[in-house]
Amino acid sequence: MAATGSISTSTPHCEITLENLLSFPEGRRLLSCVQCGTCVATCPYGDVSQYPPRRIIQMLRTGFLDKVLDSDSVLNCVACYACEAKCPRGLSLTSVFLPLIKEQVLSRLPEIPPEFQRALENTLRYGNPMGESPRRRAAWIKTTPVPIRILGDDPRPTDVLWHVECYLSFHPRGQDTARATAKVLHVLGVDFAILGKEEECAGECGRLSWESGLYDELMEHNLAVFKKYKFNTVVTSCPHAYDAFRSRYSARGFDYPLQMMAPYLAGVLPKLKPLLTRKLDRRVTFHDSCCMGRHNKLYDEPRALLSAIPGVTIVEMMHSRDNTLCCGGGGGGMWLDTYYKTKGYERLSERRVKEALATGADVLAVTCPYEVSRFEDALKVLGFDKRVIVRDVIELLAEGVGD
Amino acid sequence: MAGEIWCLAEQWKGSLSDATFEALALGRELSDALQVQLQAVLLGHAQRAMADKVFGVDRVLYVDNPAFAAPSPEQSAAALATLVSERKPRAVLITLTNTTWEIGALLAAKLRITYANCCKDVRVENGQLMARCVLYGGKMEVDVGSAQECVVFGLLAGVRPAMLRAETDVTVEEVAVAVPEVSCRFKGYREAEAGDIDITKQDVLVCVGRGIQTKDNIELAEKLAETFGGAVCGTRPVIDQGWLPLSRQVGRSGCIVKPKLYVAVGVSGAPEHVEGMKGSGLIVAINTDTTAPIFHVAHYGIAADAVEILPAITEVMANRKAKACATPH
Amino acid sequence: MKTIVLFRMVPDIVEELEVASDGKSLDREYLRLMLADADNHALEQALIIKERHGGTITVLGEDEPGMEETLFSALCKGADRAIKLNSSPQAGTHARAHWISKGIRETPDLLPADLIITGAQAIDDLDGLLAPMLAQFLDLPFLGTITRLDVNPATGAGTALREFAGGVRGEYEIKVPVVIGVQAAEKPPRYVPVAKLRTIMKSRRLEAVQISDGPWIFPVSEIRSMMKPQETTQAEMLAGSPDEVAAKLAGALLAHGLM
Repeated sequence: MAATGSISTSTPHCEITLENLLSFPEGRRLLSCVQCGTCVATCPYGDVSQYPPRRIIQMLRTGFLDKVLDSDSVLNCVACYACEAKCPRGLSLTSVFLPLIKEQVLSRLPEIPPEFQRALENTLRYGNPMGESPRRRAAWIKTTPVPIRILGDDPRPTDVLWHVECYLSFHPRGQDTARATAKVLHVLGVDFAILGKEEECAGECGRLSWESGLYDELMEHNLAVFKKYKFNTVVTSCPHAYDAFRSRYSARGFDYPLQMMAPYLAGVLPKLKPLLTRKLDRRVTFHDSCCMGRHNKLYDEPRALLSAIPGVTIVEMMHSRDNTLCCGGGGGGMWLDTYYKTKGYERLSERRVKEALATGADVLAVTCPYEVSRFEDALKVLGFDKRVIVRDVIELLAEGVGD
Repeated sequence: MAGEIWCLAEQWKGSLSDATFEALALGRELSDALQVQLQAVLLGHAQRAMADKVFGVDRVLYVDNPAFAAPSPEQSAAALATLVSERKPRAVLITLTNTTWEIGALLAAKLRITYANCCKDVRVENGQLMARCVLYGGKMEVDVGSAQECVVFGLLAGVRPAMLRAETDVTVEEVAVAVPEVSCRFKGYREAEAGDIDITKQDVLVCVGRGIQTKDNIELAEKLAETFGGAVCGTRPVIDQGWLPLSRQVGRSGCIVKPKLYVAVGVSGAPEHVEGMKGSGLIVAINTDTTAPIFHVAHYGIAADAVEILPAITEVMANRKAKACATPH
Repeated sequence: MKTIVLFRMVPDIVEELEVASDGKSLDREYLRLMLADADNHALEQALIIKERHGGTITVLGEDEPGMEETLFSALCKGADRAIKLNSSPQAGTHARAHWISKGIRETPDLLPADLIITGAQAIDDLDGLLAPMLAQFLDLPFLGTITRLDVNPATGAGTALREFAGGVRGEYEIKVPVVIGVQAAEKPPRYVPVAKLRTIMKSRRLEAVQISDGPWIFPVSEIRSMMKPQETTQAEMLAGSPDEVAAKLAGALLAHGLM
């Protein structure tokens, strides 16, 4: 039985370690692995990894785990949840087991790929992997006419605490999505506010599964900030942050109602649809992200949003829904491209955009901040950046709202 | 005599550097303003003839010692310290190049005098020497003044346009100075390996992005780089195409470079790339797209097709270089 | 092989720097400090040498904001001893070099050392450079701008590669004791997992060394004012025919001292 939509464990993830693994149900389940190899087959880099999940479990069971921990094989894992979603035993591979392996590997690696190291060090120091000044996290709000309240300046209670996230705050293409989101929230009349410079990276399960110490630092900071303010619900633009809040933060007191932005907007579609007055005339194919899609099973909500935009036709790629192909950004992959290149791996984002091209779509729609730059990059490299454009679903909604 | 403006003449691999003549241009301004002599100190070995080429100064103090056959900061500072103590100049101007940049600090510590580092300008104000120094990676500048009798100034490249090397008679005084033995000894140069260029060490980089369009066009960039004695590098998409090796990649995923001159050809200026080169001294961007973000980072922009513009630029640069080399010095 | 590594905290320029109300110093309100980049490389080079030949590493830094965590981080990476020195009463690199030389002399069981290593430069070097001035005050040999370093512990002799322009390097022979200014380590500075750092902060102690003020025997240059450089947010566009543009560009490069 594959794992269900909610986080499939009852134990808070931060409690489990490699030492105490077998004293938790999720850990003991690992012993019931039947070595079928489905995980390897479904893993995007399964065929080039010395230790795919199946083999790691076998090494654990036979007392040879050290060999895995001393190898760099698990650097190939992009935390796409494919193995966990398909595992016939429902093992918590991506959400529990692999992060524990990654943490040990990171501390044993003689040399960490420099880009990845910089991302970790930047996150600790500046609360974002880009190494941008935290004080400029809300600088983007000056570029939108929508009035945006920062709770630090105006701490009155708010209905929605919009957790903006790093890429939307600092990356030019992320800021496009941020502005689009602000516009849509505004026309809906949502009472929302952001944390601005108090917000730090949520510590998503993928990248920071390598670094639980860093994860804890961020968690402590963010939880303290949440406690300062009154709000009814947290809506985050980052599916990775959503997972972080649901899995690790929940154990430390994060019990606020929580949603991702696209599903939140899908929830108010009756109010939103009349506002979508502009006809877009686009052929759109939707990329299910690993976190929102495969891990949290939210496939219909983004599609509902797209269908609501006049003139949009949806075409599906060959691998969709729980079969989606990861863009390659999770698990630290966002900062391991050069490393993968030196190993000669195909870039996952290139594999995926080829599927988009095959649908004849002119727009590739996404919902995860990593995906915009990854897919645009891939299209540029392949030379198809004029044929297909990449847009966050919210960007398309904002376009559909018109002026 | 005392109170002169001194300049340490920098030589590299057998010739006086351009930086020397930049420093002399500044020195001449200061010495004129203070109405004192401008003198150069040349430390060399069997290079008396080179002393005759330090044009534009009132006197060259030439010290000949085997120690100065190759760069030796400790010994250079020791010799300078002796000279400064004996002759008491008002200021010592030292260029900040890899060869000489430590000498000023050594000299200041030896003689317990003031040193002003990273000067982009030095001027006379109310009879005092004031320096404008660059700090914190260029994010701040300070005006520093000293009432001291002798101040050492470390000059950034380009502090003034290089003084023209005009043929004039030069007064050379050969000075004997005791130079101490040191335990850090020069053994030899190791050139950059052919085919294995470290782009982080280049003074001039020409970067090609997707706008270069074809692999063959990269040759145009290579020709330009050659006239500068620099190297070609590339953005991620270019490396990914296999048009340049991974060692030439500039950007977050590649190398972080800080050359004196960075020419970005057909580069859009994505943040990941800009991160790798924004510390460059002077950035010139060539791109047909006038809205490309690179133009926010560049100092100079050219909205033109690389294929059309690169040959023209290369020709002009090559001509100027030929002229400069033709001038005897 | 006994190595001392010196650390300095410098302004983190990722943040916006502002001038304080006195017009000649940095506004401290939002100022964050970080370890000087080259000092991080200096430690890495020391660790590489220790891994090759054994020996001990002592890191020493002044009591500045962030220094404690930096010293602990060095212990995590493999340094043996970490010393926190009371801060120099006078600002500037020249004063710091003098102060640290005193600190090195007055720290028990520290000298004699074989290698004294620090970064070749730091972004706040206004009135000096730490490595050469330190060598001067300690009366030791000095070699800076180093990108490669190795010493034979049996003989005390070694080689260093010094950087020149355009990728050229010079090979030097050295003999311990020597002060070295590291430009870049042979490998990028290693990572310290945060959990490891937190553990070390609980389990180890820093040594504190107090040295007394002394008469300052050298002059200080005076900062008259501090200002932000003029900003350009848009490139100056050069237009015309290819030949015209080329000529304009050449003129611009000449003006910037790049021809």
